[in-house]
Amino acid sequence: MEFLGYFGGVFEPIALMLLFAGTVGGLILGATPGLSPTMAVALLIPFTFHLSPTQGLILLGATYTSTVAGGAVSAILLKIPGAPANIATALDGNEMAKRGEGARALHLSFLASGVGGVIGVLLLIFLTPVLAQWALKFGPSHLFWIAILGVTVIGSLDSKSFVKGLLSGCIGLWLSTIGTDDIMGADRFIFVDALSGGITIIPALIGLFAIPQVLDMFAKGRVSAVIDTVDVPRYKFLDSLKELIRSWRALSIGTIIGSIIGLIPGVGGQIAGLVAYDQARNFSPQKDKFGTGHSEGVIAAESANNAMVGPSLVPLLTLSIPGSPTAAVLLGGLLIHGIFPGSDIFDKHPEVVWTFINSMLLGQILMVIFGIYTAAWAARIAKAPIPILAAGVLVLALFGSYSVGQSMGDVQIMLVLGIGMYILEKFGFSAAPLVLGLILGPIAGDYFNNGSMIAAAQDGPWIYFFTGALNIVLIVMVVASIAYSFWTNMLRASFAKSPHEETSK
Amino acid sequence: MTNSRIQHVIPGALILAIALLVTYLSFTEEPAEAFLFPRIVSVAFVGLAIWNFVRAAGGMAKVGRGVALQDAKNLLPGLIVMLILVFWAAKALGFYVSATIAFFTVYSIYDPAPHSSAKDWIKRAVITAVFMAVIYSLFALLLKVQTPRGMFI
Repeated sequence: MEFLGYFGGVFEPIALMLLFAGTVGGLILGATPGLSPTMAVALLIPFTFHLSPTQGLILLGATYTSTVAGGAVSAILLKIPGAPANIATALDGNEMAKRGEGARALHLSFLASGVGGVIGVLLLIFLTPVLAQWALKFGPSHLFWIAILGVTVIGSLDSKSFVKGLLSGCIGLWLSTIGTDDIMGADRFIFVDALSGGITIIPALIGLFAIPQVLDMFAKGRVSAVIDTVDVPRYKFLDSLKELIRSWRALSIGTIIGSIIGLIPGVGGQIAGLVAYDQARNFSPQKDKFGTGHSEGVIAAESANNAMVGPSLVPLLTLSIPGSPTAAVLLGGLLIHGIFPGSDIFDKHPEVVWTFINSMLLGQILMVIFGIYTAAWAARIAKAPIPILAAGVLVLALFGSYSVGQSMGDVQIMLVLGIGMYILEKFGFSAAPLVLGLILGPIAGDYFNNGSMIAAAQDGPWIYFFTGALNIVLIVMVVASIAYSFWTNMLRASFAKSPHEETSK
Repeated sequence: MTNSRIQHVIPGALILAIALLVTYLSFTEEPAEAFLFPRIVSVAFVGLAIWNFVRAAGGMAKVGRGVALQDAKNLLPGLIVMLILVFWAAKALGFYVSATIAFFTVYSIYDPAPHSSAKDWIKRAVITAVFMAVIYSLFALLLKVQTPRGMFI
């Protein structure tokens, strides 16, 4: 119950203000098609650079939580999922909205998100210290394999082609080695002056997540986006609450599945929502109603994708392995504040980590309150003209990537990486594994170097890195993560017909 | 053209070329100790790049539709604005002035509203001014970020 001692930090005026701003801003950004949660968090990171670590993480955590829930607004009212996590929500939510039950669907969506989210954060609170204790037993060879596992898991699971996913991860690992080697002081792969300082994480995150979306908007040309919206007649909140309680089965299925999937590194909210939706349909006595505007479909999907948020941070905080692409960006946010996730994070930075986790708990409740009262308003913002969004994101990317290191080299790297990523995405590559390779590369490299030195003094690198129960378990997990991608690819294929899947990233 | 094999072969070949260069440099550059980790990465990189290229050349690369010609034509003006902004204007003209020009230009190019209407031009100018005022308040006044000044600000 150590976390209770750090609740005071959440109620400090600036922290509360940031929590409010992150929640409301996240709901609006989440509801805006074309602005994904990952990009929203990436664009926010430069602002957190000027805040204390606790304040910065509160802002990022609140935004992460509420963008996932906010994506349900456009999924329900416009049939455009604001994020990949909301694809399943659109299936029944939009049918309800077309019948004039938009407010009911939005109420249920936010209430289910809140319940799932709170349980997910409670899991984060109780599981993280346990896993952190366990992680204390890890040596450099284990931590090296864990970093590689992080890249293979995301590479395998967050891409439609696992070869391209793994290749993206490798490109990220290579990019992370550019610059001056810390131990020998040697220059590595510095082809132009801008690369002399290596690739800084924040400009890279902005370039890889924001610039491809700007180019996607440009590629649409001068097209007036006509989006069909539906009227949202009022609905009694109390009736929605009663309905949520009556739908306990879908709520439980969504919350349990979301929590479990969140714990699996790399799987993310999209899979959580779809699997929960599918299982809620299988267990429902009214399975024929799913897809026709059945409230249980919305409840299962939304409780799952928000239940995933908290547990996705468990492997992130203890092992540096993010549970989702947005969590990977959060990892970048931790690193720029000098907070290195790992077994000792609760010893070194208890105030920062516990206040951050507590703020996510409060953020879930705020998200329900603000979500219900701002949903209809957010839907209007969701129709913001594409040219303004594109120009605005471009300018924010310019200032955001410059402000961290005050270097034009960073801005140029940001743009070049962004253009490269746009082209790669068009050929089926994914930004998340590349980013994770970039973030985990230095960590894996350091542990590899440390392990090599230990190995040189012992039985050699082969024995050190490839034997021992824990090393073998981790190597098996690396291989299994690649094999597992076949299964997830099949699952994705079955839902491939879902509209606007490309709003991801 | 979009779905053709060549669309996958070209990026596959480029990635393979980069992977081979990285592998070559990793195994030839000195001091060798500084390149131990890059060597491991480059071996995996080149292996996967070969696999990817073989799949592309064999017509087995199905994921990704490539860049359609119309999309490329549409994004070209915006891309040129971005490149000029980042590689020349931001430093030569100053961050805020060049960002204002870039915002207004991008907005004007992609705005579906008619370019002949004075009312629409005024609307674009007002939105640009409001947006840039917010950006200036945020970065210059609140966060106190020192940006290159160039000829202007």
